[in-house]
Amino acid sequence: MSGNIVLQVEDLHTSFFTRAGEVKAVDGVSFFVREAETFGIVGESGCGKSVTGLSILRLLPEPSGQIVGGKIIMEGKNLLELSKSHMRAYRGKMISMILQDPMSSLNPVYTVGDQIGESVRLHQDLPENMVEPEVISALRLLRIPAPEVRLKEYPFQLSGGMRQRVVGAIAMSCRPHLLIADEPTTALDATIQAQYIALFEDIQEKTNVAIIFITHDFGVVARICDRVGVMYAGKIVETAPTRDIFKKPRHPYTKALIHSVPQLDRKDERLYSIEGQPPSMMNLPPGCRFYPRCDVSLDICKEQEPPEVKLNENHSISCWRVK
Amino acid sequence: MPDVLLEVRDIVKHYPVTRGLLQRTVGWVRAIDGVSFSVERGKTMSLVGESGAGKTTVAKMILLLERLTSGTILFEGEDIYKYSSAELKKNYRPKVQSVQQNPWSSMNPRMRIRDIVGEPLFVNTDLAKKDAYSKVIELLEQVGIGPEGMTRYPHEFSGGQRQRIAVARALALHPNMLILDEPVSALDVSIRAQIMNLLKDLQNQYNLSYVVIAHNLATVRYMSHTVAIMYLGQLVEFGESEDLFERPLHPYTRALISASQLTLPEDSEGQAKQIILTGEMPSPLNPPPGCRFHTRCTEAGERCSRDVPEMRKVGKQQVKCHHYS
Amino acid sequence: MINILPTINVKKKKQYRGITRATRIVRNLAFIIPAAIMALMVIMAIFADLSWMGLPNVGIAPHDPNAQVMTNRYLPPSFMEGGKSEYLLGTDKFGRDILSRVIFGARVSLSVSLIAIFITAFVGTALGILAGYVGGRFEGLIMRIVDMALSFPFLLLAMLLAVAIGPGFWTVVFALSALGWAGYARMIRGEAMRINQSDFVAQARVIGATPWRIMSRHIFPNIVNTLIVIMTLQVGMMILAESALSYLGIGITAPQASWGSMVADGRSYLDTAWWISTFPGICIGLVVLSGNFLGDWIRDKLDPRLRQL
Repeated sequence: MSGNIVLQVEDLHTSFFTRAGEVKAVDGVSFFVREAETFGIVGESGCGKSVTGLSILRLLPEPSGQIVGGKIIMEGKNLLELSKSHMRAYRGKMISMILQDPMSSLNPVYTVGDQIGESVRLHQDLPENMVEPEVISALRLLRIPAPEVRLKEYPFQLSGGMRQRVVGAIAMSCRPHLLIADEPTTALDATIQAQYIALFEDIQEKTNVAIIFITHDFGVVARICDRVGVMYAGKIVETAPTRDIFKKPRHPYTKALIHSVPQLDRKDERLYSIEGQPPSMMNLPPGCRFYPRCDVSLDICKEQEPPEVKLNENHSISCWRVK
Repeated sequence: MPDVLLEVRDIVKHYPVTRGLLQRTVGWVRAIDGVSFSVERGKTMSLVGESGAGKTTVAKMILLLERLTSGTILFEGEDIYKYSSAELKKNYRPKVQSVQQNPWSSMNPRMRIRDIVGEPLFVNTDLAKKDAYSKVIELLEQVGIGPEGMTRYPHEFSGGQRQRIAVARALALHPNMLILDEPVSALDVSIRAQIMNLLKDLQNQYNLSYVVIAHNLATVRYMSHTVAIMYLGQLVEFGESEDLFERPLHPYTRALISASQLTLPEDSEGQAKQIILTGEMPSPLNPPPGCRFHTRCTEAGERCSRDVPEMRKVGKQQVKCHHYS
Repeated sequence: MINILPTINVKKKKQYRGITRATRIVRNLAFIIPAAIMALMVIMAIFADLSWMGLPNVGIAPHDPNAQVMTNRYLPPSFMEGGKSEYLLGTDKFGRDILSRVIFGARVSLSVSLIAIFITAFVGTALGILAGYVGGRFEGLIMRIVDMALSFPFLLLAMLLAVAIGPGFWTVVFALSALGWAGYARMIRGEAMRINQSDFVAQARVIGATPWRIMSRHIFPNIVNTLIVIMTLQVGMMILAESALSYLGIGITAPQASWGSMVADGRSYLDTAWWISTFPGICIGLVVLSGNFLGDWIRDKLDPRLRQL
């Protein structure tokens, strides 16, 4: 794997302070992403993957959400040490985000052109007559047909897939170095999803953007991600190249997850189903978080959290069974 | 002789589009335009398609939540549209129940679980409350929810648990058939397997028929005996699950399968064979002439834009495509 | 090359722990103070005297509100020069004790308003749920009647009624109710429509529930929150409306003491015997404000909201 590291997250801790107590949504997460690489964060709802994405952009709901520790280093600067206005300059220009529901990401009372233009005007010092060509080039990057016409259209006039592309155009309008996509394909149909993913591969090739792809859908992960981090209850339990996650998963949770998802290529007689539910993030037991649902646990798993172990340069895992 | 429980013949549902002060009908949304299939007792048929294909409308027709524009639906040989409301209550409703997609909105947030699961019993039987509640305890046990859940409210349960409760409610009247509208798509990945396994076990235990509406092909393959693929209000392919997945005939089916497969980035051969459709499903207000899929079909021929293809039998499957005529 | 930078110093300020304690205390006060005031008013109304228990001369009101003592006219409140200690808030032009009249006035004003609120809530909710459920032309008809009721001038109606059947307690109730139900109907109908389209109502239909069951067991319990909020916010409006009518002389009339009529009584004496209008006026203001604050607080609590964050 080549390319410079664009983002390095080290031991990130993010908590929500509620009336009922501290919810440790992200509890010690570390990973990195390179230029022109797609890093997938996979996990189920509540595992902390979306919060991780929001933490990188420092867009947590205040005052309850706070980053309580760790470093987020982008091209030499620790994002957590930037002032609020400096961080605002980063958002949209250096790092961009796409969210799941395109209809709520787009303002219904402004045209497509206005919304993409907003991002361009904010981050680039262009004379007014140069804004429109930039907007059109962003629309073209996302392969939106007839961009000159689209400029004047409103979100309600577009189909779901098209809206998601417009959201992508806003995100890519200033050619950021890092794009965080939070479940962008979940609301899309299968065939539209396939189009969308192919589109992202194309964009990555053209702009060298690093992508963090947050999802729970393994099919999508297989197609677009180069490396994957599997999250469970606020921690990354296994990080590996995509191929290894599917062919040689080492962590019991990863294995269980892969086997509980039906796959088209094989006819399963009976799906493996993981007993129980993810733990409540407020009162976490001392040992490994997956212990209550793990089939192959050891005694030590109940008492101590396993440390992260590097199996090789690209594959790390946190499990007492793997040394 | 296959034991056919539900037979749907040429059903059509058009919604009028009105405009103007006098509410003149200016067009029709052709949500379903001639769909036919049958479901055997004890088997699962999946209705697959993307949003706008009309599959939820088909479910609404079967459940009589709205009325057909034309066509027939036969249940146990009887035309359900000819039933009076008393006959419906006696012969149909108790036998055909539904489980909905969204476990958060399918239950009245102000009712306790015992009343939610017990409601079919209160409405359709003369059971005393106490007896009804005992039955509810049994039903909940069957789906893996303990009796302490009786007095709780829906918001106290997780999505997966709520879906189980919905299944318990659907089974209260001992139906013969369940209509399940995307029963697992709103649930977490690791919970889906639990619910799918539960549904399969219940099917074996009670010889239930399922009509499952889904868009995830892998789930469909796991759960179904027969599969019907819908596109823009029509069936384009129908067959046994194994046949359809091993030898998909219709170009749309192939594209769907391709989009749902797990192709790793290094698998260049697999990458090359990927079928990626252009454009999106047209609006049901104005379906394309000839074969409705021709605008996106990678194999469209000259005839496809002119003539409407017929549903033809190819081996044990049925396809609606000019390439097979 | 990644530069090794020092980890951020996490600042553990008090503000850090989510919503501060001070904010929470202030938010609670927003409930406690109005609730206390309303409770006080209700107690005044109930215990003015115990005639409803058969003891007309026992109660918190120190004097008979209608007792005219001509030697004690226009007495200022007891804490001012010239006041007498047995007339804490002074007397009016007939020598009647202002404090007692204010206390009994609470009874009159509150009971008129509460009765009117319940009538309008009942009628408006029933029509709103029906309109939302049935839809179609029926709904159209109801909504047009609602529009008419909402645009009809209230004072005009009250005056017409006062002329037709004479002013008085029940006239006021009638005037307040005849138009007041429309606001409920409109809001409840919107909610009912929304709930009617929800998944669990569709499910109830699949099970075979009758329309009555759907309306009473599914729709109604889910609009109760909205209903409570509207009712609480109506308290202030009703009291004001009744006061206005009584002030104008088309509401509660002599000898019954209503806050509104008391304000009217004292209006020519605002520069000399200001206490006659001022104390009932303060009561009106307090009740309306408290009702509004309480209504806001209840709405914040009952509206679906992330309770923890």
